[in-house]
Amino acid sequence: MTNISLNFRIWRQRLQSSKGQFKDYSLKDISTDLSLLEALDKLNEELIKKGDRPINFDHDCREGICGSCGFLVNGQPHGPKDATTICQLYVRNFRDQSTLTLEPWKAKAFPIIQDLVVDRSSLDRLIMSGGYCSDDVGNAPDANLLKVSQKDAFSSFQTATCIGCGACIASCRNASASLFVAAKLAHLGQLPQGQLLRSKRTSQMKRQMVSENFGSCSNNLDCEAACPKEISANWISWMNHEDC
Amino acid sequence: MSFSLDPCLPLGTLEGGWERIQKRLPSIPLGKKNELLVVVVGGGLAGSSVAATLAEQGFQVKLITYQDSPRRSHSVAAQGGINAAKKMREDDCDGVNALFVDTVRGGDFRAREAGCRRLAEISSSIIDQCVAQGIPFARDYNGLLSTRRFGGALVSRTFYARGQTGQQLLYGAYQSLMRQVAKRRVELLPRRDVIEFIKLNGVIKGVVSRNLLNGDLEVYRAHAVILATGGYSNVYFLSTNSIKSNASAIWRAHKQGAFFANPSFTQIHPTCIPLGGDYQSKLTLMSESLRNDGRIWLPKQNHDKRDPSDISESERDYFLERLYPSYGNMVPRDVASRRAKELCDLGFGVGHDGRSVYLDFHDAIQRKGSQEIKSKYGNLLEMYERITGEDPLSTPMRIYPAPHYSMGGLWVDYNLMSTLPGLFVLGEANCTVHGANRLGANALLQCLADGYFIAPSSINSWLAGQTFLTTSREMEDACQDALESAKERIDNLINVRGDIPVDTLHRELGELMIKRCGIIRNESGLLAGLEEVRLLTQKFHQQVRIPSDIDCPNPELEKALRVADFLELAHLMLIDALSRKESCGAHFREEYQTTEGEAMRDDENYSHIAAWEYVRGSASIKHLENLSFSLLPLNKRSYK
Ligand SMILES: Cc1cc2nc3c(=O)[nH]c(=O)nc-3n(C[C@H](O)[C@H](O)[C@H](O)COP(=O)(O)OP(=O)(O)OC[C@H]3O[C@@H](n4cnc5c(N)ncnc54)[C@H](O)[C@@H]3O)c2cc1C
Ligand code: FES
Repeated sequence: MTNISLNFRIWRQRLQSSKGQFKDYSLKDISTDLSLLEALDKLNEELIKKGDRPINFDHDCREGICGSCGFLVNGQPHGPKDATTICQLYVRNFRDQSTLTLEPWKAKAFPIIQDLVVDRSSLDRLIMSGGYCSDDVGNAPDANLLKVSQKDAFSSFQTATCIGCGACIASCRNASASLFVAAKLAHLGQLPQGQLLRSKRTSQMKRQMVSENFGSCSNNLDCEAACPKEISANWISWMNHEDC
Repeated sequence: MSFSLDPCLPLGTLEGGWERIQKRLPSIPLGKKNELLVVVVGGGLAGSSVAATLAEQGFQVKLITYQDSPRRSHSVAAQGGINAAKKMREDDCDGVNALFVDTVRGGDFRAREAGCRRLAEISSSIIDQCVAQGIPFARDYNGLLSTRRFGGALVSRTFYARGQTGQQLLYGAYQSLMRQVAKRRVELLPRRDVIEFIKLNGVIKGVVSRNLLNGDLEVYRAHAVILATGGYSNVYFLSTNSIKSNASAIWRAHKQGAFFANPSFTQIHPTCIPLGGDYQSKLTLMSESLRNDGRIWLPKQNHDKRDPSDISESERDYFLERLYPSYGNMVPRDVASRRAKELCDLGFGVGHDGRSVYLDFHDAIQRKGSQEIKSKYGNLLEMYERITGEDPLSTPMRIYPAPHYSMGGLWVDYNLMSTLPGLFVLGEANCTVHGANRLGANALLQCLADGYFIAPSSINSWLAGQTFLTTSREMEDACQDALESAKERIDNLINVRGDIPVDTLHRELGELMIKRCGIIRNESGLLAGLEEVRLLTQKFHQQVRIPSDIDCPNPELEKALRVADFLELAHLMLIDALSRKESCGAHFREEYQTTEGEAMRDDENYSHIAAWEYVRGSASIKHLENLSFSLLPLNKRSYK
């Protein structure tokens, strides 16, 4: 176990309506086995003891699956490591004495709440607009009647692993939600269960993207690089060929 | 006065009891359903599924969750799979009975038999429902659903979607829920903590929540309230649960009169990544499905510091295979955890602090190839490597038990209603089918059985008797009382103005609980624990420091409200563990063991669910629900 020191520049903003600014902090001599969020916990304990307001960030599972965490580290959504959420970053992933600039997702569709926390309810509304199969409980046929090849099941599963963190949108210069929507369309569209309503789902979700103020896709592929679940941007072209 | 509780079981034979009951439920005309309002607290598997299903039936639903979206609920983290007795081939034998038997035995005969039977009977329709929703379960070469084997079972009946089964099941339920939100049948109320209940003449009439964005206290009235708020393993601070998982909603309901059943029955899961360092905030689970292919061992020599690759086959002790030849590495969780802890206590443990055991894939890789192992457990292996910096395919994984699941919870009858009329409890928050030890892959099953099938039917008998929402003077007073009590609690915490952050005190609570009320318990330790909790509670209310901003997000206040409740719950857990003078399942009392070191049940005196009633200002009262078993003889669990 080794110890290092880290410097932080962190965006502080008390309320949506208040003015925000960067503030500098430093943590001396912390174990490289801490996760980045645990380092922030430690920093917060120091702030609390001093009577300052601790830094707010969203988090819950701390194992890369709930999609709660997410902010920019030195401009990169979820930081420098591929296929990794913020909560899975460790102090050992950074160099001694380096400075980390932490700021919230920046997108019109994600208004800021406090410090590093933003409002991502627009993603819920995208799912609401059609991201489901429609059948009431009690009407399901015997699951064995539906055969799905291993290949289709796996490909559908891969797109279904999207955790809704919003990194794809935060990384995109147009703040487009295309990868998020394509992943949901591909999850359901590749399964026999998702065929009913397939084109309606596509058109409704695309329409909702526009009305939520998400931008359009200009094929920069930053979304794919930022996605902690490594969902391929090829699904966006797949989506563009879907009938609606 | 202590009394026996009536669980309202179906009359007649157990088999098919649930089907018979359903036929007799009152049917509510659609016009009336539209006027009945149900508040669901929690958006995990149980909460999302019940909210969607009730809305489909025509009820009005409001769903409250502390997260920004139900999709983030802790259910998302479940890895291994979901059990179901689904007939896959013509010649499959009676899976329902086998699942039922394993559930009762796994729980060491401390669960209600009728509930376990129902769970097994419903299980197959749950898989049908999930597949219809588009859950991409793993498939075999013929395109049929594929299954794997889990601990405590001799058959393979666990359905899975790689190591992300909970995520996929939750998204299915969440998407059904969002479909109802779009139809305006469900109103989503995210980023709110439920912190108090509205009670009128002994009946629950709604909740008070704290808006986490602006601190407002809000009243939501209802004809019925459903709690699906998950488990309370975070009483141990370090656990496999999400950081914000908490007991507050069920604890507040308990203080209003809902009995708390078997609070000390908590499961410590054998396969977790061991503790790394001081500021660690959680422990990460490695799904138990890994035990299908991984072999657990320790060096035969204690304090053996050699690299595992230098320890030859004959110098290794595959202790589970040695002690339990028929189940081997697949013994139930409580057994695996206890055996690992005992050996580590004796100095056989490995890792920097001697507190872990090896889980080795070497033989499986030899047999099946590393590609197959990778495709089966891909994300788990990556997660392990990310956290520890070691590749589990070349060096054996190191694992150690960690608090994981709470079998205890609010007592509910067969209809899932608590002792507070109008208050239903679902999922991990209740105490129903898992007895003293939950069988792997049965939690997801129970959540969905409760949410898709049981509560949406059983709640009808309650709702049929409800009329319009009361607006009487009395009701106004009840709401006012609830608001005031919530406000007072918040003011008191903020006004402490001490100098200790909440987490520091929470960590202290966790350390004492794992020591006193963890894998192994005994009378003197439990008594000492009671005193330690008393002192820590005092310290908390005299020295905690919370920033005073109440009009904006204040995560420290959220934590403090939760820890205050955990402290009170910890006290009850210790009392419960003390009063159960037997060993059963995960509740292992050192004083009560066989010569071979196995749990020694006392069926004569403890074949019951202990349901505690809160009494303001004096000791809690224990009531009993006596358990009897008609389909299966009460025998000793044996996994030898
Ligand atoms: C790492 C891990 C792996 C697991 N793997 C498996 C597995 O493979 N198979 C299996 O069967 N089981 C597994 N389990 C167990 C299973 O996941 C849980 O028991 C189950 O998901 C609990 O679901 P739930 O709906 O009861 O609660 P949760 O999913 O915990 O949801 C609780 C909800 O309540 C809300 N809430 C809580 N308190 C409040 C409050 N006061 N106010 C407002 N909202 C509140 C939360 O916001 C959340 O929406 C696993 C558990 C863990 C920790
Ligand atoms: S906290 Fe859940 S994904 Fe990071």
